[in-house]
Amino acid sequence: MGEEGEKNRTFRFVLTFCIMFIFWWLLSAWTIFLIEPFDFWMTLSKGVMATLIVTCLTYELFVPPRGEKVLLKLRRFIGYVIWELYQIALAAIDVAYRVVGTLPVDPRIIEFDTTLRSDFALVTFANSITLTPGTITIDVEPEIGRYWVHGIAKEPADSLEIDQGMQKYVGYVYLEE
Amino acid sequence: MLPIEVLSTIFLAGGAFFMITGTVGLYKFPDFYTRMHATGKCDTVGQVFIIVGCMIYAGWSYITIKLLLVSFFYLFAGPAGTHVLMKAGYIAGVRVWKKGDPRDPED
Repeated sequence: MGEEGEKNRTFRFVLTFCIMFIFWWLLSAWTIFLIEPFDFWMTLSKGVMATLIVTCLTYELFVPPRGEKVLLKLRRFIGYVIWELYQIALAAIDVAYRVVGTLPVDPRIIEFDTTLRSDFALVTFANSITLTPGTITIDVEPEIGRYWVHGIAKEPADSLEIDQGMQKYVGYVYLEE
Repeated sequence: MLPIEVLSTIFLAGGAFFMITGTVGLYKFPDFYTRMHATGKCDTVGQVFIIVGCMIYAGWSYITIKLLLVSFFYLFAGPAGTHVLMKAGYIAGVRVWKKGDPRDPED
């Protein structure tokens, strides 16, 4: 662990502390503004202590140690989240159509391999499959990137297995083509 | 009515519609897996719509941000819960309904 590692560790600690403190502030500031100025400092110091304890416990998990091109990934991820929110709305409307009977119900379980390997990419893709119309993840094999997916009809299953548009998009977000 | 009330009513009505759709799907769909489709997706969207409606109705304050965090929690927890139930059913060997099969009369 050289000089670079120590700096990285401090940076991770400070970043986690800032995020946790903002989080505490958002959840607890409602009470701060209703009480006396003296109690304001008491509450603030309690908040700082609580944040420090949480930071010491979680900063190693909260910020991954080897960040490469984090800002680029974050920028692409925000675009991905917006696209995903649109897909979630489509998924609910799709289920509504199937409940009414306009679209067919023809369930099947499919199995396919992906090129994704990192934990974040695998989790994001599994959650995305569940949130997009007509498909739910059953199981993931992380070492070979294999997914078991339940599709409610033929077209949603085919769009995952053959077109692989979403898989490429997740690979693009996490730089794993 | 104020525009804010109209907008929040639209969101609350949309949320109620998706929740009702999910419940109807729970009774109508043939097997365990397809029922998870109905509940897993419609419930997440319905709850998020209802929370967004409450956010708009309550106006801009710290409560808004708390509700926003709750809705993000739903968006993460909903798929995870659905996935865990599906996996448990798959491991337990729940049969997959194929098109044309008769419905289980005990359902």
